[in-house]
Amino acid sequence: MLEFLLRALIGGIGVAAVAGPLGAFVVWRRMAYFGDTLAHSALLGVALGLLFAINLNLAIIVLCVGLALILVALQKKHIIATDTLLGILAHSALSLGLVMVSFLDHVRIDLMAYLFGDLLAISQIDLYWIYGGGALVLILLATFWRPLLAMTVNEELAKVEGYPIEATRLLLMLLVALVIAVAMKIVGVLLITSLMIIPAATARKLSRSPVQMASIASIIGCFSVAGGLFVSYELDTPAGPSVVVCAALLFLAVYSISIKKAF
Amino acid sequence: MNNNFTTPLADEASLLVRFDNIGIEFDGRVLLQNIDMQIHKGEIVTLIGPNGSGKSSLIRVLLGLQSASQGKIYKDRHLRIGYMPQKLHIDPTLPLSVEHFLSLVRGVKKEEIQAVLTRLDIEALAKKQVHVLSGGETQRVLLARALLNKPNLLVLDEPVQAVDVNGQVELYNLIANIRDELECGILMISHDLHLVMAKTDTVVCINQHICCSGPPQHVTQHPEYQALFGVPGAEASLAIYAHHHDHTHNDNGQVHSKQECSKTE
Repeated sequence: MLEFLLRALIGGIGVAAVAGPLGAFVVWRRMAYFGDTLAHSALLGVALGLLFAINLNLAIIVLCVGLALILVALQKKHIIATDTLLGILAHSALSLGLVMVSFLDHVRIDLMAYLFGDLLAISQIDLYWIYGGGALVLILLATFWRPLLAMTVNEELAKVEGYPIEATRLLLMLLVALVIAVAMKIVGVLLITSLMIIPAATARKLSRSPVQMASIASIIGCFSVAGGLFVSYELDTPAGPSVVVCAALLFLAVYSISIKKAF
Repeated sequence: MNNNFTTPLADEASLLVRFDNIGIEFDGRVLLQNIDMQIHKGEIVTLIGPNGSGKSSLIRVLLGLQSASQGKIYKDRHLRIGYMPQKLHIDPTLPLSVEHFLSLVRGVKKEEIQAVLTRLDIEALAKKQVHVLSGGETQRVLLARALLNKPNLLVLDEPVQAVDVNGQVELYNLIANIRDELECGILMISHDLHLVMAKTDTVVCINQHICCSGPPQHVTQHPEYQALFGVPGAEASLAIYAHHHDHTHNDNGQVHSKQECSKTE
């Protein structure tokens, strides 16, 4: 097998494996739009990272976490409806990122790669980031699984029972930010949320417990990556979007089978 | 305020919670004022009042989900609250069995879950998904979760809503028995202004302030009561509470003619 293809497969699977369980939380807590907002703002992180010459992954994580904190603070003030607020932040951050990137004449960056991912150009160092960051996310997720789940099931009940809700909510945002930073290379800022949501939504039909849904989402994500890469190699299509199309097809297949069964 | 609140149990040693002049404002609107109230070990206190009367806010303050703008709540050092929320909304995208839902209580053991399922007679529900439960089943599962916290005070928010009359009687009996077994205090909100649990020691009627309070009258001979609950065993579980207000409320809930009940305004 070609080396770059193998690297892409390993990297893609690493991201999908982590995006699955986190995607389950995004689906359960209806945070899809929130994830989108963070993802869109990641481009601003890239621009800032290039501007100040710091590691791009780090810049994205810092910016996403910062934005998440601002979001929570603004949400508490009830200035404006949450979805409107997210819409404003998502698109302003994305546009601001694009504007800033245009000012950076001294660096040539491939904007398309950041927007839609460049799976086939994955480097050895990217792999370290993906597996290092991914392992951290999974360890945190496993360690704090109970408070995270208790909060998701019923926030007030969990609070009365003594779970630290604020800290847990913050942790979840941090995890989403980490996954976005790590996954950007694979599917790009515009498609990251799809890699979290679609496999998780597909897994819902196949599972009877939260852990099951999280693991099945991981597996479905990995298959989507493999399928997408295969299609991309055979038909010379863009890798990131091919992965998403593959995930969407799996979703359609699982749902049409389960609808047929219901009749 | 009104001092007709003393019960036979009212000694300091058994005191679990005392509300001292609690007031709650939200967005500049007064939701509650001058709430003085106590709950003792083994005592059942039922809060009643119209929608928006502030009874939910009052228990939210006790639970730490909302803060009071005035007054203090004294809590016993060993207070352990078991909370049963009004309803259980779990996103349909989250697959969850009853057993799993109960296992989310902090530090709970498998045997404890089994024991509480047996106690509430819902062992058959253990493997069921929470989304398919009926109203009565959901209430029992929520009660089970509250009990797993090993409470000495149960806070029940409309425990019998969405349950038919026979189911209500059963649930009330169960709650009364649990009070006797655990010797815990119970603070509950009733969805019905006139029908409360017969075993209630104290009924507190709230409409922004405490309108009246006292033991429910045992009116099993009342024709209206019998027409409604001609079920065997029913008379032991439900009682009609006759309100003795000394004032009325206008459309905004403000007190019209008050004599001794409220001292503000």
